[in-house]
Amino acid sequence: MARMKFLCDAERCIECNGCVTACKNEHEVPWGVNRRRVVTLGDGEPGEKSISVACMHCTDAPCQAVCPVDCFYTTDDGIVLHDKNLCIGCGYCFYACPFGAPQYPQQSSFGARGKMDKCTFCAGGPEDDLSDAEYERYGRNRIAEGALPLCAEMCATKALIAGDGDEVADIYRERVLQRGGRPQTWGWETAYQEG
Amino acid sequence: MKLTKKQNDQGAKAPRGLLGASVNRRSFLKSSGITGGGAALAFAGGPSMLTKAHATTAGPKAGVETKVIRSVCTHCSVGCGVMAEVQDGVWTGQEPDFKSPINLGAHCAKGASVREHGHGERRLKYPMKLVGGKWTKVSWDTAIGEIGDQMLKIREESSPDSVYWLGSAKFNNEQAYLFRKFAALWGTNNVDHQARICHSTTVAGVANTWGYGAMTNSYNDMQNSKAMFFIGSNAAEAHPVAMQHILKAKESGSKLIVCDPRFTRTAAHADQFIQMRPGTDVPLIWGMMWHIFENGWEDKEFINQRVYGMDEIRTEVAKWDPAETERVTGIPEAGVKQAAQTLAENRPGTVVWCMGGTQHTIGNNNTRSYCILQLALGNMGVSGGGTNIFRGHDNVQGATDMCVLSHSLPGYFGLSGGAWKHWSSVWDLDVDWVTARFDPEAYETIKDKPVPTMNRPGMPVSRWIDGVLEDPDNIAQKDNIRAMVLWGHAPNSQTRGPEMKKAMEKLDLLVVIDPYPTHSAVLPDRQEGMYLLPACTQFETSGSVTASNRSLQWRDKVIEPLFESLPDHTIMSKFAKKFGIHDELFKNIEVNGEEPLIEDITREFNKGMWTIGYTGQSPERIKEHMANRHTFDTTTLQAVGGPLDGEYYGLPWPCWGTADMKHPGTPNLYDTSKAVAEGGLNFRARFGVERDGVNLLAEGSYSVGAEIEDGYPEFTADILKQMGWWDELTAEEKVLAEGKNWKTDRSGGIQRVAIKHGCAPFGNAKARAVVWTFPDPVPIHREPLYTARYDLVADYPTYEDRKSHYRLPTRYGSIQATDYSGDYPLIHTSGRLVEYEGGGDESRSNPWLAELQQDMFVEINPADANDVGIQDEQQVWLEGPEGGKIKVKAMVTSRVARGVVFTPFHFGGHYQGEDLLDKYPEGAAPYVRGESDNTTMTYGYDSVTQMQESKCSLCKITAA
Repeated sequence: MARMKFLCDAERCIECNGCVTACKNEHEVPWGVNRRRVVTLGDGEPGEKSISVACMHCTDAPCQAVCPVDCFYTTDDGIVLHDKNLCIGCGYCFYACPFGAPQYPQQSSFGARGKMDKCTFCAGGPEDDLSDAEYERYGRNRIAEGALPLCAEMCATKALIAGDGDEVADIYRERVLQRGGRPQTWGWETAYQEG
Repeated sequence: MKLTKKQNDQGAKAPRGLLGASVNRRSFLKSSGITGGGAALAFAGGPSMLTKAHATTAGPKAGVETKVIRSVCTHCSVGCGVMAEVQDGVWTGQEPDFKSPINLGAHCAKGASVREHGHGERRLKYPMKLVGGKWTKVSWDTAIGEIGDQMLKIREESSPDSVYWLGSAKFNNEQAYLFRKFAALWGTNNVDHQARICHSTTVAGVANTWGYGAMTNSYNDMQNSKAMFFIGSNAAEAHPVAMQHILKAKESGSKLIVCDPRFTRTAAHADQFIQMRPGTDVPLIWGMMWHIFENGWEDKEFINQRVYGMDEIRTEVAKWDPAETERVTGIPEAGVKQAAQTLAENRPGTVVWCMGGTQHTIGNNNTRSYCILQLALGNMGVSGGGTNIFRGHDNVQGATDMCVLSHSLPGYFGLSGGAWKHWSSVWDLDVDWVTARFDPEAYETIKDKPVPTMNRPGMPVSRWIDGVLEDPDNIAQKDNIRAMVLWGHAPNSQTRGPEMKKAMEKLDLLVVIDPYPTHSAVLPDRQEGMYLLPACTQFETSGSVTASNRSLQWRDKVIEPLFESLPDHTIMSKFAKKFGIHDELFKNIEVNGEEPLIEDITREFNKGMWTIGYTGQSPERIKEHMANRHTFDTTTLQAVGGPLDGEYYGLPWPCWGTADMKHPGTPNLYDTSKAVAEGGLNFRARFGVERDGVNLLAEGSYSVGAEIEDGYPEFTADILKQMGWWDELTAEEKVLAEGKNWKTDRSGGIQRVAIKHGCAPFGNAKARAVVWTFPDPVPIHREPLYTARYDLVADYPTYEDRKSHYRLPTRYGSIQATDYSGDYPLIHTSGRLVEYEGGGDESRSNPWLAELQQDMFVEINPADANDVGIQDEQQVWLEGPEGGKIKVKAMVTSRVARGVVFTPFHFGGHYQGEDLLDKYPEGAAPYVRGESDNTTMTYGYDSVTQMQESKCSLCKITAA
């Protein structure tokens, strides 16, 4: 069984925002809601690094743990989704999430997407796969179509990789070997107290 | 329902939650979204309301048949494949084009958002006419009728030269070619497009060095580079998908050096970053060459065989010792030497440049110095080497090749009598009829001979405002420009905003033809005499497009033109009918209803573009390449097996001979390691065979398989006869080839036979390091007109003023005579952001992009900010020395050096502190508007091409 993961290779990310607009495009995400964004550290300084961030689809997801109405669920592929019919838009998941993934659109008059919104790993929601209702509330379900998240598929430099964790790791490992060094993903230096 | 700006806050809160108080450019801008997004909401009910509408109308529907149509991104010159999913004529989805060997599915922010073209909420929807200061809807027929009548009257009263046809790099090749032909048949050379203000100094400088003025290799080929030297190019923002190949090279050990006044997003990935003072490219390159010569790192064999004039360069370079280089550029010896040594020790290396190098009064000197660096290192004509000049717009290479330019006919034939004869014969028109369309008078004398307007360059786009405002006694044509057609052009990409406003107000007639109203619609204060005509985008029509690497790709039509918009070639056909030149313009081109058949236009230029080998790319061949694009290698771009085995993707020009000859295209220019028939070449024999007793032809160097194993001149009918090869022509070929040369033989026979014997049709010569026909034969440094280092003017002065250059007086010394650096102490430079393109009217009207950059801003160093007492995010006035000023947000960052400020040039819709929202046609204002930085950019034009100076001016900044 697959365990879907994202990985952003900080040596490759150029902060072009292709992932951000790919997501906007694929799901018609409204202005002000950012399921994915690119974060730049040390902007304009030597050592500047960018990474693309969205819901990381945690195995033991804090959002899921704290949700008072238990609207989250994890698919067989390890994708964390939620049910907007249950969501009450309280924002507790926003407290819990280490990545700032949950988004709260302002115009509740616009129906289902007025509830909490976040990256679905392009896997839709609890409605029938590929139904108009699913598209309306969660955007397109690429996983059901046999494709991977569009943000990663369209990444300008192939910095953002998505798919089964093992395969993502293989791709990244090959790259690290080619570069002839240690992994340079964001956070490595902190984890191993380098630099 | 009351809508507020609150939704923008989400963008700012989340990253702060993640990363504490870290502020970057995005969060800085998102947190400031009040004015941008807020105004858009107040105006049209808000993007989220629109988005809801999309969700129910434009998203994919279950159970509806989906067609997949292939196109090419319309933003930059990389040429990324686009896969459009269309249901019932609606563009409902966009998939990555993994099969494209150019982008392998990848997109940047702009490419990943092109489906928004199918929404087109903020498009110009109908033809509009300004009546009493208000935009009023009119029919196409009324608009064409009224505009046409006024133009014909102006033509009668003032001459055809008083109507200016400003075209576009947004045209596909067919439209670009047709537009140049259309202007010729109208009877003027006052036709131009953005290439003038983009890479004109590259084309002139590079073509005059070794033959052709284009990118020599390809984005993909950079994977073979051992070193990559970027100067004045910020690929991570301007050509993001190119970075895929660049970073792949870097991961394979290639060294990346970035020279730029800013620490750009590209510099963030560099092994070495060189932060030079703007406008000191020549000193920096000569400073590096000083080390190369000093250490004997130059490629002596290459220079002896293939370069003319390197000794004169050596003399100039000797002046640029480490001390002088540092004095002028600000870069200490260690950095300069390190860069030189890296290039010397890592060959082949490539040099990449963009607007940072070209947009200067000495732009042609800059581009030639880069070429000379590569010649010295022997990096030309090899895979992994070359000068990889990244072009800007998606089809600026093609529109340049089709010569939507005031100084040439398609294929760089120029404007000589021979050029007109050649094209008239391709057009199947009597050259005397074409001549009679022009003003027969001569306003300029060349070598004591009066030359009529037909054979003299028209005014360049950079100077059209002077064509309107200058005293008519000072200009080399009958009268001022009285009618201006801005056909796919953003006026905010041009300098001297206040004077442009004045020019727009003085015109009798101003016509804007564009998918969007553009900054032109709102800049002038006019009551009438102005029209907006809706053109459709390239996703609403079909045709070929040339990427920066000279590969041609074909776009299929994704959707029908939205609203009442029309394809550009249909609009040309409407005007042609009105002007009575329709039969001549389309003599051999089928017209269906009002729409000319695109493929027939391709076939027509195939018949005439012999100079640069746009002759072998028939529509059928290009389409076959698109269909089989997965068979091409993603590094070499060569097809491996399959129906196109051995051909190069998109048949990069020169693709010699006729389509029947099946030339595979030329992947890397001047590469002697391949036979010409297989895409090899050598430098072009363009400048004669001898100069002052020195041989200009190559010596002992020739492409593989050449039967002439040395240099040789360009091929003519006579040379074929001398070589005894004449009888290899067929009887039909002989008829057309008699008395002709490789450029004008319409049979293609001369090219075919030359290539059969392994020879390049254009001869085999040396590149020239010294361009004796230019104002500075050896590239030298000259300080900018507005320089912060006035102390250097005595040593490095600019040119003297010129009386007539491209029909206009052009100032140099009279401006530099005044020292402005006291009152305007900061150097002002400009550039791109990844989310927007060009003047930005299209991309700022796309909500997915607009949301990411909501405010015009100026980057200023913390020290300078503190000196004038301003803080981050504060509104400031930025004022230039010619009086233009803009009110923008300060972004305090050490990305720029002390003394230098940077602004992006994509904004428009504000003017000197005022939002011009009310002046747009209803529902057609871009979501994000802002000050155009070119309101403050100043006078200054290249001495060869009239390129505008927009990379170093001066300014002062004060709190607003």
